[in-house]
Amino acid sequence: MQKTVIQLLVDNTSGVLSRISGLFSRRGYNIESITAGVTANPNYTRITIVTIGDDDILDQIEKQVAKLVDVRDVKVLEPGNSVYRELALIKVKVDAQSRQGVISIADIFRANIIDVGPQTLVIELTGDQEKIEAFLGLLEGYEILELARTGVTGLGRGIENVTYLP
Amino acid sequence: MIGAEAIVKCLEEENVKYVFGYPGVAICPFYNAITDSSVKTVLVRTEQSAAHAASGLARTTGTVGVCAVTSGPGATNLLTGIATAFADSIPLVCITGQVDSSMLGSDVFQEADVTGAAESFVKYSYLVRNVNDIPRIMKEAFHIASTGRKGPVLVDVPIDIQNATIKNFKYPEELSMRTYKPTVKGNFAQIKKLVSAVEKAKKPLICVGGGVALSRAEKEVIDFAQKNNIPVVSTMMGIGVMPTLHPLYFGMVGNNGKIYANRAMHECDTLILVGARVADRAVNRPDIVMENTVLIHIDVDPAEIGKNYGPTIPIVGDAKSIFEDLNALDIQSEHGEWLDKLKEYRETLIQKRDPKPEFTDPAFFIKKLSEKMDDNAAYVADVGQNQIWSCNYHIVKNGSFLTSGGMGTMGYSIPAAMGIALSNPGRQVVAVCGDGSFQMSMCELATIRQENVPVKVVVIKNSYLGMVREYQHYTYKDNYSVVKLNDYPKLEALAGAYDMKYLRVCNNEEAEGAIDAMLKEKGPCILEVLVDPEDTVK
Repeated sequence: MQKTVIQLLVDNTSGVLSRISGLFSRRGYNIESITAGVTANPNYTRITIVTIGDDDILDQIEKQVAKLVDVRDVKVLEPGNSVYRELALIKVKVDAQSRQGVISIADIFRANIIDVGPQTLVIELTGDQEKIEAFLGLLEGYEILELARTGVTGLGRGIENVTYLP
Repeated sequence: MIGAEAIVKCLEEENVKYVFGYPGVAICPFYNAITDSSVKTVLVRTEQSAAHAASGLARTTGTVGVCAVTSGPGATNLLTGIATAFADSIPLVCITGQVDSSMLGSDVFQEADVTGAAESFVKYSYLVRNVNDIPRIMKEAFHIASTGRKGPVLVDVPIDIQNATIKNFKYPEELSMRTYKPTVKGNFAQIKKLVSAVEKAKKPLICVGGGVALSRAEKEVIDFAQKNNIPVVSTMMGIGVMPTLHPLYFGMVGNNGKIYANRAMHECDTLILVGARVADRAVNRPDIVMENTVLIHIDVDPAEIGKNYGPTIPIVGDAKSIFEDLNALDIQSEHGEWLDKLKEYRETLIQKRDPKPEFTDPAFFIKKLSEKMDDNAAYVADVGQNQIWSCNYHIVKNGSFLTSGGMGTMGYSIPAAMGIALSNPGRQVVAVCGDGSFQMSMCELATIRQENVPVKVVVIKNSYLGMVREYQHYTYKDNYSVVKLNDYPKLEALAGAYDMKYLRVCNNEEAEGAIDAMLKEKGPCILEVLVDPEDTVK
């Protein structure tokens, strides 16, 4: 079982996201995260899915997804030649003593403090999943009140990994 | 021109002859418009039958079947028919009326999210939001339904869109679908690999599935088998691709199939699987069966290849096109011993049946019926024990054998037979069902009467849900739960109620005369066959 990032380019039609997530749920494929957003060409949406499965399951996922009428392109974003990013918003409970400690951890990770309240800090962190996990690990001594993660999005590196859309 | 008229015009452009359906307020603009058209309408008695009738038409004419029903309960009743067509890859365009666009999502009278409900068993679905999209959507719907791996397409049309005025109706001649381009032509390098595998093979075998019938590649596959002297077995959906008595045909595989067909699957060294998905009923544990076999899988749907077992040589494409290419090549293959062995199996590995003389033996009856049927007749088997008996004992000559193989939907045979009879005038059509499946669709006897089509309905009666009873016999030690049917309806009285001829066969001696009388009858007819309630298909 391995974690794989799949990138889809799909027709930007109503219901397309539900068609794709529905396919995953009814065939029993895992979705660890799914993100979607319109591409530079407004006719298409780019969807990035992180899934877990063995080679046979991944092969079936690629084929079954490719079969959907709305799907134009399916590509596995291989770790070696792709970049992944995820954004996390973390609301940490702080008081006068603990505030400075949290801010310095955030600084080390080049995270931004985007809201400060009398008892809270909201931290914005962008990075790959490992970086976010590492950051959350360092916050273990503090109380995380709320956590929002966008899920992974990514792109292939370089000119050779571009899928051109008409 | 309004939207509803545009839909009808699109059907005319697609040369649709029949629409099967059931009206209701939300589809009334469409049914109002269709009265001025060359497209004929057939009023079924429940919506599910509309899809089955359209399926019968599609499978025997090679065109797309069309049905049209109303919103809410009309649409949800249709769902089983759509799922049945999806499981067997039958091309349908299903039009559903929908409530007013402005009310969508507010749970008004007869609203159901049918595109959502049908999502997992349609090839594609549309909810029409703009009347000007109708020509493009209809063109795409017919294209998607009938190309690649075929299947049902749903077009849900709110009533206000049906009534809205369309500017400049123009049916598109060409389609430009950015994302949908099925592969038809097989990769030639892969085809050459097939040839060299067949040349090396000592024990080659072809297993045909429903995909061969769907691609209308029967002739090409038979030519290939004959030219290279390769034996053929079939899945349930592949029955009828090859005439049953063809010397190279070795029956249906699977847990309900012929022993010698399964033996051939086990012993072959090279298997060419065409248009079949090798589902659980066809091959139990494919990993064991295929262990030392070169598996060549030909399918138009790349997702089927490797789904249940990874092939050595995958070929994606349309069976007809691939076998045309294959037949143009010269192949050297020699395997006389293998054929002799299979022929010996075919003569010796025969299931012994021990029928009780006081009942009709279904095997005897079905064989007799097949002998007497026209060469090009259509035989529609329903679901249950009757289906397995039909698969094993019906002799296909030059006709078609249809059944709901993938979904196993009871009640398929009568509406499907009606669709076939309507769209193939003059062709003999026999529906063979059990007393359980008969009652699921017996309301369609009225439609058969109304359309005046000479469908022959054979009811194999054992007063049980026989297939489930048999399962309970083996698995639950004869604890028969909820499987006993009573003797109602009295079919003689029922036939009378529909002004149909009625015949009864109580034992083997009565079979021949009754079959003759049924097939001679000009109009529709019900033939009841009394069989042993304790009989099994094993």
